[in-house]
Amino acid sequence: MEETESRWTADQVLALAPDAASRKAGAKLASPAPWSGTGAAGTAVWGLCKGSGSKPYQTAVDTRGPAFRCTCPSRKFPCKHALALLLLWSEGSDGPIAAAGRAGEEAEWVAEWIAARRKKEEAAAAEPARPSAPADAEAARRRAERRIVRVEGGAAELEQRLADLLRGGLAGADSAGHRPFEETAARMVDAQAPGLAARVRELGSIVTSGGDWPSRMLEETALLHLLARGFLGREGLPGPLVDTVRSRIGFTVDSADLLAGPTVQARWQVVAQYDTADDRLTTRRIWLHDGSGGSAGGAGRFALVLDFGAAGRAPQLALPLGVLMDAELAYHPSAVPLRAALGPHRTAPEAAPVPSGTAIGAALDSYGAALADDPWLDAWPVLLGDVVPIPGPDRWQLADAGSQDAVPLAGPAPWRLAALSGGHPLTVFAELTPMGARPLTAWPGPAATAVFP
Amino acid sequence: MTVAWDDLVGSALLGTERRRPAGIVGDAAEAAEGLLDAAAEAVVRRRAGVLPAVAGPRPGQAADDPRPPLPEAAARRLRMMLTGSGRGRQGAAPNLTELLPQWLAVARQRGWAVPHALLPELLDAARSRTDLRADALAVAGPRALWLAALNPDWKFALRAGGGAVGAAAAAEDESARARLWEEGLFAERVALLTAVRREDPAAGLDMLASTWRTERAEDRLMFMDALRTGLSPADEPFLEEALADRSRNVRATAAELLSALPGSALAARMAARARSCVSLTAEGIAVEAPYECDAAMERDGVAPKPPSGRGERSWWLGQLVDAAPLSMWTERFGGRSPEEIVALPVLDDWQPDLHASWCRAAVRQRDAAWARALLGPPPDGSGPVTPVGDPAKLLSILPAQERAAWVARFVAAHGLSEAFQMLGACAVPWSPELGRAVIDALDIARDGGSYPWSFSGVMGLAERCLDPAAADQVALLSATTEESPGGSPGASAYWSEAFQRLTSTLRLRALMLQELSGAPTAPPEEIME
Repeated sequence: MEETESRWTADQVLALAPDAASRKAGAKLASPAPWSGTGAAGTAVWGLCKGSGSKPYQTAVDTRGPAFRCTCPSRKFPCKHALALLLLWSEGSDGPIAAAGRAGEEAEWVAEWIAARRKKEEAAAAEPARPSAPADAEAARRRAERRIVRVEGGAAELEQRLADLLRGGLAGADSAGHRPFEETAARMVDAQAPGLAARVRELGSIVTSGGDWPSRMLEETALLHLLARGFLGREGLPGPLVDTVRSRIGFTVDSADLLAGPTVQARWQVVAQYDTADDRLTTRRIWLHDGSGGSAGGAGRFALVLDFGAAGRAPQLALPLGVLMDAELAYHPSAVPLRAALGPHRTAPEAAPVPSGTAIGAALDSYGAALADDPWLDAWPVLLGDVVPIPGPDRWQLADAGSQDAVPLAGPAPWRLAALSGGHPLTVFAELTPMGARPLTAWPGPAATAVFP
Repeated sequence: MTVAWDDLVGSALLGTERRRPAGIVGDAAEAAEGLLDAAAEAVVRRRAGVLPAVAGPRPGQAADDPRPPLPEAAARRLRMMLTGSGRGRQGAAPNLTELLPQWLAVARQRGWAVPHALLPELLDAARSRTDLRADALAVAGPRALWLAALNPDWKFALRAGGGAVGAAAAAEDESARARLWEEGLFAERVALLTAVRREDPAAGLDMLASTWRTERAEDRLMFMDALRTGLSPADEPFLEEALADRSRNVRATAAELLSALPGSALAARMAARARSCVSLTAEGIAVEAPYECDAAMERDGVAPKPPSGRGERSWWLGQLVDAAPLSMWTERFGGRSPEEIVALPVLDDWQPDLHASWCRAAVRQRDAAWARALLGPPPDGSGPVTPVGDPAKLLSILPAQERAAWVARFVAAHGLSEAFQMLGACAVPWSPELGRAVIDALDIARDGGSYPWSFSGVMGLAERCLDPAAADQVALLSATTEESPGGSPGASAYWSEAFQRLTSTLRLRALMLQELSGAPTAPPEEIME
């Protein structure tokens, strides 16, 4: 089977780029001139790229994964050489990288790398993650207990501070600015409750955000109160909700531990990938959708895979938008399982279909049901079928093509989405948030196109 | 227990010490907790219970675009050009934004449709660069017009391109034409008038005449200007009447248009006046400039007041000769050809004035024979350059091939320092002869030891206008040479870099054109890093 003959499109390749500069550099290198010894076989694509030094860089990509390897010193991932190589490859079998050979026909240095990867994959598959040694487990248990005590102290302190805030009135918070919130956030960090700290910091930014801030402020304050109260009263809550409360507060579960437990094996479609960055961290969010097991209307499962990069560095995990992927993953425990740890995965050779979406009403129903289970849910994934973006005086809307139902859009005017639509219905993947829907990907035709940011 | 949300917000804002929501009891601290509980319940209910909004008025659907989609490589190139940084001219890498106009022109000519996802960036580019607009909007197609109608930032598209597109459509449908002319915005009406004049000049004139009396003065001026398109003797009565217009600028434009019609009555009146001022004697051409600017002259568009520093008699003479048909001089000077006339001596230092006027007349009347005569053969290298009039304008009247040959010989003799505007008047891509002349001149300039940025204008032109086939020729020059003895320090390295950039830009253009041709890309070589 000639797997690589289902080649990615240039758009899918460019979507892997860690940033705009890499995209540009990769596109610039994507001409045959600097390349030699290129080839494709099995799932591998490789080539030698002439750089500024005397020795060309060895670049190889395993499209199953995908995984990247390059001898260049770049810390970007994938580097521009890998991007350029894939762009050349994306031009098809009559392009610069000719028809693929079979697996096993790779250049020697590529074959070694691929073999090593396969060996590792097999080893990982054969050997389930070992539980930690008992002595470590005892120490870890004691650490965990100490942390629980601290978080309880933090939650109680937060409850007191929130009550004080409401006693004195939010109007006072306006004049004090965000400083008191910074201080409270620092207390929550000390209490090892990073989730609480982040939400407190958010409160500080609402104070200075103008508009109808008191209403938004009360909403978020109340939800924060609910979270702290939920943790303090967790004995009385059902198990999955406790998991949700714990994860919202900032307790994490190790990916390896998760993957050692029950996993979900399915054929997932990559329906969105986007990065957000603050001073310390770049966060990549990858939304996966499994349409196969879904009920009619495409309300299949979703999974959110996160990957992180230190400030200025791109996260390592990169999956081409729209492709199908056979993957094993494990959901983080929660009343509304979304976030997942990604296990072994390989892109599937078939062309990806346009996912089927639901109507607006059904999407909002699913959002409401999810909120009832997880009131702190800030982004609920939905695939909307046959919707049309509509401009409005204040905000845009997405509306059903066949009914008067609509949902307002969050954020700035969605010009790219509008351009793709031209007034015609399309399929859209969006996150529903308290501020409205945030469209991430659109299918005006068979190809997925990112519409955010 | 449910409490109205606004009531909760009101109490939260003032604090429970001052105000309590209905139904919440206890002291201030207890009330604060009660308020938070109630608010938490309310916010979850608000969010989870959200119902679909009612859809607002839907936009219409964009018209179909029958054009084939851009080849993938070309689409990628466009994306890079639109999202690339606007880096200036430096280093050895080509400046993509400089190539965007050419890309758009070729894409338009090839009839490709741009990926819809790139339309917002394309409209933004056209918004900030007016030089791109016509081609950008044509390439962007109906989907972009549809999009522009939704975004005030892109209104220009409806005026400029949209107006032209709408006008072209309206020009073919009589009732749509009448309605647009009656009700359209000013810019749309100008576009309509121009479009109609292009197809049917007489119909355009009738349309303008039907509302002429009610138009405002500044609008009349622009409409008058639009009559340049399709100008013919049939327009003369209208223009003749406009010589009595209330607005001086409208009068002047009417006079200028009439003087571009050598058979017009105004041209004949100007010819009669010019004839009385200029005569042929045994010693050469004698000039007797007019002594006054009478009312009739003023009515024919002669401005009585000269700009400061200019004598009024020579000012009046200039305007008479500018507007007189050139054919009269052959008749006046005994059947001599333009070449022979230009060669005649002119008495009493009137030659510069007289020749400059003839140049303007040649440009206005688009008379290639006179333009050729006034330009003469390109001056050779021995003497100083004494350009008559504006050579670039005169050149623009000559056929493209002749123009390129003239400029090539000029550059070969005089180098590049005075050639910028002439080069700008030449057809793109430059002819092989012209390209060779420019490259040789750049090579000579380098050997002369000056810095390349003294020639940055010409370099920029060469990047855009040289035939991409010249890349190999330029590449030979990019090798670093020894510093010329009298040269500026480091100049050689800078030249080498400048030639490298020129080479890579030309190769990029070749690649770009190939991508736009739709052929699979297998270029000989591209730019490194």
